[in-house]
Amino acid sequence: MNGDYSSPQDLAWKCRKCNINLIVGPATLTYMGNRMTADLSQCPICGYVLISEELALGKMAEVEQVLEDK
Amino acid sequence: MDQKELRLLENQCIQEEPPECMAACPIHLDARVFIGWMARGAFHEAWKVLRKTMPFPGILGRICDAPCRDHCKRTKAGQAIEIGLLERACVTTPAPKQRVLALPKKEKRIAIVGSDLDSLTAAWDLSRKGYGITLFESGEQLGRSLLAMPEDILPCDVVAKEILDLGEFGVEIRLNSPIHDKFFLAYLHRGFDALYLGRGDIAELRDENNGIFACGSFQHARANSPVWQAAEGRWAATSMDRYLQKVSLTAGREKDGPYPTRLYTRTDGVISLPAVQPLNQVQGYTQDEAIREAGRCLQCQCLECVKVCAYLKHFGGYPKKYAREIYNNASIVMGSRQANKLINSCSLCGLCEAVCPEDFAMQALCIEARRDMVQKGKMPPSAHEFALLDMAFSNSEQFAMARHEPGQKTSSSVFFPGCQLSSSAPAMVKRAYAHLRQIIPGGVGLMLGCCNAPASWAGQEDRFQTEFSRLRDHWITLGRPDIILACSTCYQIFQTYLPEAKIRTLWQVLDEKGLPSDLSVKHGAAPLTVHDPCTTRHEPEVQQSVRNLLRRLGQPYEELELGRNHTECCGFGGLMQNANPDLAKTVVQRLSGQSSADYLTYCAGCRDNLAASGKHAVYILDLIFPDTATPDPGSRKRPGWSLRQENRIRLKDELLNELWREDSRKMSDTRADDHEKIVLNILPEVHQILEDRRILIPDIQKVIHHAESTGEALFHPATEHYMAAFKPYKATFWVEYSVSACGFTLHNAYSHRMEVAGKGQL
Repeated sequence: MNGDYSSPQDLAWKCRKCNINLIVGPATLTYMGNRMTADLSQCPICGYVLISEELALGKMAEVEQVLEDK
Repeated sequence: MDQKELRLLENQCIQEEPPECMAACPIHLDARVFIGWMARGAFHEAWKVLRKTMPFPGILGRICDAPCRDHCKRTKAGQAIEIGLLERACVTTPAPKQRVLALPKKEKRIAIVGSDLDSLTAAWDLSRKGYGITLFESGEQLGRSLLAMPEDILPCDVVAKEILDLGEFGVEIRLNSPIHDKFFLAYLHRGFDALYLGRGDIAELRDENNGIFACGSFQHARANSPVWQAAEGRWAATSMDRYLQKVSLTAGREKDGPYPTRLYTRTDGVISLPAVQPLNQVQGYTQDEAIREAGRCLQCQCLECVKVCAYLKHFGGYPKKYAREIYNNASIVMGSRQANKLINSCSLCGLCEAVCPEDFAMQALCIEARRDMVQKGKMPPSAHEFALLDMAFSNSEQFAMARHEPGQKTSSSVFFPGCQLSSSAPAMVKRAYAHLRQIIPGGVGLMLGCCNAPASWAGQEDRFQTEFSRLRDHWITLGRPDIILACSTCYQIFQTYLPEAKIRTLWQVLDEKGLPSDLSVKHGAAPLTVHDPCTTRHEPEVQQSVRNLLRRLGQPYEELELGRNHTECCGFGGLMQNANPDLAKTVVQRLSGQSSADYLTYCAGCRDNLAASGKHAVYILDLIFPDTATPDPGSRKRPGWSLRQENRIRLKDELLNELWREDSRKMSDTRADDHEKIVLNILPEVHQILEDRRILIPDIQKVIHHAESTGEALFHPATEHYMAAFKPYKATFWVEYSVSACGFTLHNAYSHRMEVAGKGQL
């Protein structure tokens, strides 16, 4: 699921620990031995990644299903 | 499953067997498809179907004597379909254009004697196969018997035109031939590679080993049947082709002529309709009459199982197709396993087997496939996880226990209420247990836990055996008492895996030992419709005991059309609800819609599923141990996922406290994990989200506890909401919350299974 999956609303969140706005940056996704990279909203300091509801229940659920059926 | 087993299984499903009309037709015209097009007024398409099988369709279509009529299923509800008249109605409309390509010319030459339909058909078939054909006729015209037919049935110009078609395929015609002269025939035998002697000719010269073929010895009744004549020609053509190709004349020809079909088509409930009579008897059907007559065709097929099962219908096929798909799913090496959903969605209820004329058991196929997937590590991890976690919860210290009756050192019986009743109506468990202690001497122990059906349904055999042996150990510790079960799934599991135990359902025990004496029998109650749980399908005694109880209670009841051994699943069975929640909803809606009356059931799982679908559903214990606080038990809501676990925790706590005087609540409070102290405010709409997404409150508490104790969260300055994630097991839960006066307000929650790691930049 390579690509940019961040949305402008995501960037309204701040990292509570680092007290800094999220940015869009590369993140690694792994499931059932498969590894992918995607651009996701995250804390520039600690790398805490936000998975939005839309992403979790949409594209991510779809890819999970495909990988489970492989 | 290997190829051989697959074939056997495929053969067991009869949906693809030919309909009676096609099987009975000497040339096996696909009359069902033909009539199907006719009913839609698609005469061109109907023509094409005739042309595919029929030689000289313009001729045979007008004069076919339709022996198939005697086998037509419509006779069970009215009169047989007038297939002959329909064929005639079709071929009297203009034929669609076609381009027939003969096979490449062959060296071999064949002589055909005679020009009745058998000889003409042999010439028709063999010329299309590329043989050089010469047709010998003694008279001055071909097809004399055809030309002799009444003009308004079979016009001469039609005969002439159709026979002319033979010329296009290079058939050479010799009229005025001395075909009754033995020397002439000997000359033909020498000059040609094979010889066919037509109807009425010197058939005794037949010598198939030497290339002399003849029209079969006709039974008298068939001798004048045009379609039998055509069939004779066709079979001879096949034999001659095989003779010239030097292959077996007989192998694999069992279905050359009419044969019995195994296709089953239900006709009860079909409204009886007489055949449409043509207004003009001579002309036959008008197009409109033909369409109406074709509309009476039952379009025979079986689909007995698909008609009663929303699951089988959902995937658009029938068991024969599914068997192939499931076989392919297991043998796939690369790519997507497309039948996973099909395999995991079956409720394993066995209704298909109960209604199938050939006992096809889809549930056996699915459970076998699940076990295979689990063994090979190919079971999608998410398919059954939620149910298996719930099973583990039931078997944990939080719920599971086994005790003798308070004050007793032995147990003659033990009550095992199961996980669903304890989740749905814990108070009923207490009342039933109190009553059992009164009516059964010798001590009635209590065992709480899950029968582990979810592991069995998930195909996890090893896990099932491990967990079930723990249950067996508890039973042995109690001194092997008789087991009383409230859940018919438990009953099925115990019966199969603990055959050494004497088991009975709570209903049989109450029927035998008596209901509470203070029971006020109500009069004039509206009848309830009994829904039998699918796991009682093969337990008529259990089903009967429930009806006996209803009679004793004075509760009138009605039966469902699909009741007793034909009962439907509520969507809970086989973990359908986990693997395919949307389908499970369809299934329970279908069940709810079978009767407008309120339902009475004796499975807590069925009751809750019915209630969730909006159906008024009464659980039998609602009648036996009525709760004054719940005057309308049928409208009791299904407790949500989290409440179902809370109910089990509370039931155990209260029982230990009230009966065994153990202060367990205090114990569990001191042992409570920190996250359990998180106080949540949950709005009703968020509750629904949690239900739909199967998210439990303890998991939400874990997320918030983790976020609050580590500071790992996101913050939204405008809304002052927090967003945090935590992965207590295989799924990651996201929770959006805010801090409120007394605890935390929940705004949203969702989960995913992928693992995510950000890189940051610094």
